[in-house]
Amino acid sequence: MTAGGARRGNTRFVVAGLFVAFVLAGFVSGYASSHPDGLEKVAEEKGFLGQADDHAFANWPLADYAVSGIGNERLAGGVAGVIGVSIAFVVGGLLVFGAVRLRSRGPGRASAPTGDRGPDDPGPGGPGGVGTDAAGAGAAPAA
Amino acid sequence: MHIPDGFVDAPTSAAFGAVAVAGVGYAVKRAGDEASDQVVPLAGLCAAFVFAAQMLNFPVAMGTSGHLLGGVLAAVLVGPWLGAIAIAVVLGVQSLFADGGLTALGLNITNMALVGALGGYALFALVLRLLPARAPSVAAASAVAALITVPLAAGAFVIEFALGGTVDLPLGGVVGAMLGVHVLIGIGEAVITAATVSLVMSTRPDLVYGARDLLDARRLEIRPPAAAVPTGHGGGTGAAAGGLEPTATSVTGRRAASGSEA
Repeated sequence: MTAGGARRGNTRFVVAGLFVAFVLAGFVSGYASSHPDGLEKVAEEKGFLGQADDHAFANWPLADYAVSGIGNERLAGGVAGVIGVSIAFVVGGLLVFGAVRLRSRGPGRASAPTGDRGPDDPGPGGPGGVGTDAAGAGAAPAA
Repeated sequence: MHIPDGFVDAPTSAAFGAVAVAGVGYAVKRAGDEASDQVVPLAGLCAAFVFAAQMLNFPVAMGTSGHLLGGVLAAVLVGPWLGAIAIAVVLGVQSLFADGGLTALGLNITNMALVGALGGYALFALVLRLLPARAPSVAAASAVAALITVPLAAGAFVIEFALGGTVDLPLGGVVGAMLGVHVLIGIGEAVITAATVSLVMSTRPDLVYGARDLLDARRLEIRPPAAAVPTGHGGGTGAAAGGLEPTATSVTGRRAASGSEA
């Protein structure tokens, strides 16, 4: 997250966006429809809803977007939403941070603002995935 | 749209688990190639926002609800690769809330992150190319892509169910029911996606990945004349006030003016 401070405008945008997400998950979610969603409804109509097994985490304190131990239903859901938004932000940020750090080795890729959506050849790696990552990481200090 | 455990058998779920790992792995690789540190908090925000939005079920038809899938939204905002990662993160985090089966995670990632974000972005790019190169086209193209993506993801479920459904059903009925409901949910998806994209376009258009090519072409924008309109004097508010005064007290005004000039 430290990289976020590089541009003040982005920080402001992210803080504002997070605030909106917290309000949506923490407060507005209490007014969401509780009807079954499209897939559930179809499963019910076509008679295969019963096939669903209980979720492995069905007895977790966060199961079904309700923090156990909080009596007020709306509050329990709101707190669960805030927790979920926080985890999603941190996990998403960390994963992308890792991805960027693993791959951003070569010079001259700092600013490539126009997104060519064409296949920009990443060099001799091809679809090597993790293997090329390791190779790139190993080769970088030498270069 | 979250498939629970038990709808699709283990081998099929495992196969789509492999598809999901490969797809998200490739997205991580591509995102690392093109992204910079600056997008890290934006990608996190994207996941956080989609998580929040997925909690907001809206009613669609009789006793049925739907919620944003967010694939097109994420992809238009942060790009298809980061967008797919963000949706996969959302689906993973939702497991903590017992939403979407653990064994079905690969199925759900395939439908919502790969079909939803990657496929959705391809649709978006295609539609954007057909529209005039103006800023509102970004929201319009994302609306169209969002509308189509939801029944597309529903179709992906039907394929998975056809391959490994735990119940033998005439598929025609499932196809019809799934597509019918999800076209309606797609309308909600389109509205939410377009509204959010419009909002970001109006505040920070430079952060909208899907608007990059468009904004590059629009660097030289005509700005509306702001200060010159109210008075004929082109010199800002101070000069305007000074310019009005001489009509009331013309003599002293002139004198003061000429005195200051001399």
